Amino acid sequence: MSTAGSRKVVDSRGSFCPGPITDLFKAYRASNVGDEIELWATDPAARADVQAWADKSGNQVMEAAQDGDHLKIVVRIAKKGR
Amino acid sequence: MSTVAVHKERSAEEEVKQDRVCIILSKGSLDMVYPAFMLANTAATMGSEVHVFFTFWGLNVLNRKKVGSLKVSPVGNPGMPMPNILGMIPGMTAMATRMMKGKIKATKTPTIPEMIQSAKELGVHLHACSTSMEFLNLKKEEMIPEVEDIIGAATFLGLSEGARTLFI
Repeated sequence: MSTAGSRKVVDSRGSFCPGPITDLFKAYRASNVGDEIELWATDPAARADVQAWADKSGNQVMEAAQDGDHLKIVVRIAKKGR
Repeated sequence: MSTVAVHKERSAEEEVKQDRVCIILSKGSLDMVYPAFMLANTAATMGSEVHVFFTFWGLNVLNRKKVGSLKVSPVGNPGMPMPNILGMIPGMTAMATRMMKGKIKATKTPTIPEMIQSAKELGVHLHACSTSMEFLNLKKEEMIPEVEDIIGAATFLGLSEGARTLFI
């Protein structure tokens, strides 16, 4: 069903709320449905914040795991708002 | 100045009850301005329509000359790591501000002018309170260009009807 999109890495390491969400949102605006955004964050609130953002905006968190010094969160763009 | 335009949009039948967040910012110190913009900008990324109404000292944020030099006061701020009485000594506000700005830089937190820029890019609406402008003797020409319009309490109450509203 799903068409393979591209994956973009967004490095938000070292920035705190609302940095990671703002960075994610900027990448989201430039993305297409089917794309994936891989967010790197060190903000401890990022995991829950990205989940809340995804729930609200209708997108999906595919993966959220610690990867070395940072949290790696993969979001699949399922819906494009404005 | 698009107060009228905003109203027309609102009264249009296609107004699908979009989630709205309205913030009244009445203080101009850094520890009040940051939370306002953090919430405003994040709400905008979550798809909400966001309005910030700047009143009283909050208006300093829109003042071209003051926006880059907002301070944090140690007086009346029990969270500060110093006794209140010491906060009254000349130079203490400057010191507290320097400390906070150092922290802001170290944590890569955007500056207030950068937060305003972000807000604008995200479509956050910035409104100036007309009465406070009179009160603080602030002219339209002295304000940053990001200000969308000058409105009164009635307009803001109209905008915030049914919205999540925060007073800071």
